[in-house]
Amino acid sequence: MQSNGGWKGGGMGRAGPGMRGVVGYKPGDSGVSVVVLSLLAFCSPSSTLFFFWFFPSPPSSHAPSGVGTLPRQSPVRFAASVHFLGGSSNRSQKTMLRVLALASVVLLGIAPQASQAITVYTSWERHALVGSDVRLSCTFFSWRFISDDVSFTWRYRADGSRDTVSIAHYAGGEAYTDNKGVFKDRVEFVGNPKRRDGSILIKNLDFSDNGTFTCDAKNPPDIVGRPSSVRLLVFENLPIQAGVITGAIIGVVLGLLVLIVVIYYLMRFLVARRVFSLNVSKHGKKKKEGSQQRQGPAPPADPSKMKAAASEKKKQESRKDKK
Amino acid sequence: MLCILLGVLALHLLVFILLIVSTASSQWTVEAQGHTDLWYNCHSVSQGYRCSQASNEDWIQAVQALMILAVVFCFVSLLAFAYQLFRLFKGGRFYFTSIFQILASVFVMCAAIIYTVMRPDSDKDYGYSYVLAWVAFPLSLISGLIYLILRKKD
Repeated sequence: MQSNGGWKGGGMGRAGPGMRGVVGYKPGDSGVSVVVLSLLAFCSPSSTLFFFWFFPSPPSSHAPSGVGTLPRQSPVRFAASVHFLGGSSNRSQKTMLRVLALASVVLLGIAPQASQAITVYTSWERHALVGSDVRLSCTFFSWRFISDDVSFTWRYRADGSRDTVSIAHYAGGEAYTDNKGVFKDRVEFVGNPKRRDGSILIKNLDFSDNGTFTCDAKNPPDIVGRPSSVRLLVFENLPIQAGVITGAIIGVVLGLLVLIVVIYYLMRFLVARRVFSLNVSKHGKKKKEGSQQRQGPAPPADPSKMKAAASEKKKQESRKDKK
Repeated sequence: MLCILLGVLALHLLVFILLIVSTASSQWTVEAQGHTDLWYNCHSVSQGYRCSQASNEDWIQAVQALMILAVVFCFVSLLAFAYQLFRLFKGGRFYFTSIFQILASVFVMCAAIIYTVMRPDSDKDYGYSYVLAWVAFPLSLISGLIYLILRKKD
């Protein structure tokens, strides 16, 4: 899939090469073909002639009687015939085609130009303990497929310093790491560039490793982009994460509040129910004695069913009370 | 009657706004080169302002939590007041509203006390957020007590 530079403004005047690039989709792909043909619906009649040249087999039915005679054919020919018939398509179809054309103009014409830039993502800040290893992740998003010349570059700037040194570089399928500077033998490229991952692993951290690490990724021909930085902070002992205690206190208090409210309403409900269920059990006992004379011991499901019905009645009554 | 209602509502809203401003702005301690706490420590350096996260110690997080809870409870009490204004039976007292408001004031008091006691730099000045927190405490207490005494007519 190639998005062409010449594909500007919906290809209205440039039906030749631009159209070929886009109509590289197979004609069997009916959805896209509809989009493409809706573009044609906007175009001047000359482009429709070109279209019929491209699809050699013309629609089999030229009947001017309207769209209703064509449903047996493929959607490609269907849409083509609709346009060929021209005046017989009614207004709603025309507006629909125009909307489709507009949408496809936006998608195919404007989008590739606006997002040629590559966007690089790293973490904002990383915390680590002295002596431990830290993995700095770097990934990118690009509208193009990953080329074989994808490259990652990691630079380091110490806190309070103005110099930036390169510590890791991946290009042409090979990873190169620092072999002379501060990070000698401590940096390892652990990313998978084929999967857009350019992460590095820094081992055996020290306090002097505090600083900013910048990752720059390039995916030719998509090279315009801003590098992204991650700040590394090295601690002796990891402090409590910001917000953990805050969240815990807030959660506990609000949870207690909800619990208290629930228990309050439950107690009210239960007290009322207990009063009512006393009457029910009395009735149930009387019924049991009555039924025992006729049959064996009554099944235990009956009193619970009666209690359920009673509680439902009580619920309705309490709702009415509240109102 | 309407004046009392409006006055009580105005006081409640004032307390709410004070709590929000005190919680949101980070000016609990001010010094010549910047201000610190509750959420950020900002210092002015040669090239401008540099802000970093407030220290992660437990007491700062407790103060954060209590201030947020106070704001939440004040808001809930505002909602409860609106609800009870229209749904309470005649002659009833605004219990829910006053309970939540008094709880909010207790939380603000705890937050302010914890901050005062645990502050590391005892010689620096207090910022306006700290003052607002202390002002919000008695106002919310008074507001809660008023709701306790208030009875609903008509």
